[in-house]
Amino acid sequence: MRRHLAIALEIAVPIALLVIWGVWSASGDTFYFPPLTDILQKFQELWLFDRVGSDVLPSLQRLFLGYLIACAVAVAIGIPLGLNPLLRRATSPIVEFLRAIPPPALLPFAIVVLGVGNAGKVFLIAFVCVWPVLLNTIDGVTGIDPTLRETARSYGVSGRDRLLRIVLPAASPQIFAGMRTSLSLALILMVISEMVASTNGIGFFVLQSQRSFAIPEMWAGILLLGLLGYALNLIFLLVERRVLAWHRGARASALG
Amino acid sequence: MLEVSQLGKTYGEGENATHAIGSISFGIEEKEFVCVVGPSGCGKTTLLKCMSGLLEPSTGSTALKGRTVDGPPPEMALVFQEYSRSLLPWMSVRGNVTLPLRHKKLGKGETARLVEEAVEAVGLAAFIDRYPWELSGGMQQRVAIARALAYQPEILLMDEPFASVDAQTRGDLEDLVLQVREQFGVTVLFVTHDIDESVYLADRIVVLTPSPTEVREVLTVDLPHPRDQVDTKELPEFARLRAHVYRLIKREQSGGEEDATTGGRAGGERTDRDRVRG
Repeated sequence: MRRHLAIALEIAVPIALLVIWGVWSASGDTFYFPPLTDILQKFQELWLFDRVGSDVLPSLQRLFLGYLIACAVAVAIGIPLGLNPLLRRATSPIVEFLRAIPPPALLPFAIVVLGVGNAGKVFLIAFVCVWPVLLNTIDGVTGIDPTLRETARSYGVSGRDRLLRIVLPAASPQIFAGMRTSLSLALILMVISEMVASTNGIGFFVLQSQRSFAIPEMWAGILLLGLLGYALNLIFLLVERRVLAWHRGARASALG
Repeated sequence: MLEVSQLGKTYGEGENATHAIGSISFGIEEKEFVCVVGPSGCGKTTLLKCMSGLLEPSTGSTALKGRTVDGPPPEMALVFQEYSRSLLPWMSVRGNVTLPLRHKKLGKGETARLVEEAVEAVGLAAFIDRYPWELSGGMQQRVAIARALAYQPEILLMDEPFASVDAQTRGDLEDLVLQVREQFGVTVLFVTHDIDESVYLADRIVVLTPSPTEVREVLTVDLPHPRDQVDTKELPEFARLRAHVYRLIKREQSGGEEDATTGGRAGGERTDRDRVRG
């Protein structure tokens, strides 16, 4: 019964907020807060599906390319760093320094070196997304239970088997935690990179609308970005739930 | 078959050095079941890790069939105390038992046969596609034993394998180990802090002193096979051996005062004090 109530509330509260927003904005004629109905109408005109090809797809392409490159690189570097304490010590100042650079500061560099096309934007997204995954991978690998390491050693499990069947799965809950953090960073950096020196994309569109005083369009763009972030997180959780089913099971049984 | 000679282990150096193991020597014959018993904190696990090549001894060495152990030998399989941490939760029982066999390149059919035979032997055939965390503690330790058996070792090293299961399960698992030892013809070195367990299982018992550990006494257990949880434990010889080991350990532990008296009446019914915490 409580569960049903919770689900009902989860659906009802956002709807209620939308209704309040709609009623409040419908009466007002503030320029910066156009009626919700106008925004929704623009939303439909723009994103279903007029500008999907010209703005949404390029944005998503950058987002996923940057994100996936970051995840792959971070795991590939993180595993050896996690396995080798000496290597970890040697690289940790570099990692900490690079991580500390505020990402937008790299935008000029990316534009100069990689140009105003996709490469610079993908680079920026990847550069930012790499750190949470990298640090979590290192943590996950160093945190592997010593008993598990000894089991692998005593049974002569080495090389590929050790990497893919012991180290990677053992670190995967942590890796996923890092990937989830990175996913929201990817969206943020996608928007930022598209607001500077860009000719298309959702971020570009939002800024462009604002500059041409197309306020309902601007709001429609912001709304889309919010929905996109929500959907990405939802998809991520579904994938995680599948891949880490064993982890949930093991934890539930350990807790009793 | 396995020869431990003057094995010693010291952690750290200089003034901060901890002499975990002084000097230990003993041998295990082929197909023998040897229990190592000692007072708590006497470095039983350290000894086992040195013997299995997981730790490098500071002095002395272990030789398996004449060859010095300098890393985990392929003829050896280990069963750890912490079953829940030595099994892989992302793999089914079948996956866990199969993993160590993968690098042996035995062929699919042979590997599957060994895995199924081992899982069957520990009575988990019906659970082969379950995950370890879906099983009880005793069943998980059975999986660990099956994994060790499927590896086809000549010698099985067990580090307090039943220390964290309840008493009844412990009895079942003890009988299981005796049974698979017959079935697979494997030599067993069994480390335990439970005196009853050591007398019940062993052909010979190696009793250790507190740290820095040395061998206090090696005694032969002349109890008839097959052993039985009720009949064997009722034999006067069982009680005598048990009391003897108890006195050896308790006297060592506390200078032979308070606990020596406890040891004196230890021939009677089993009490919780009989278990020397390891």
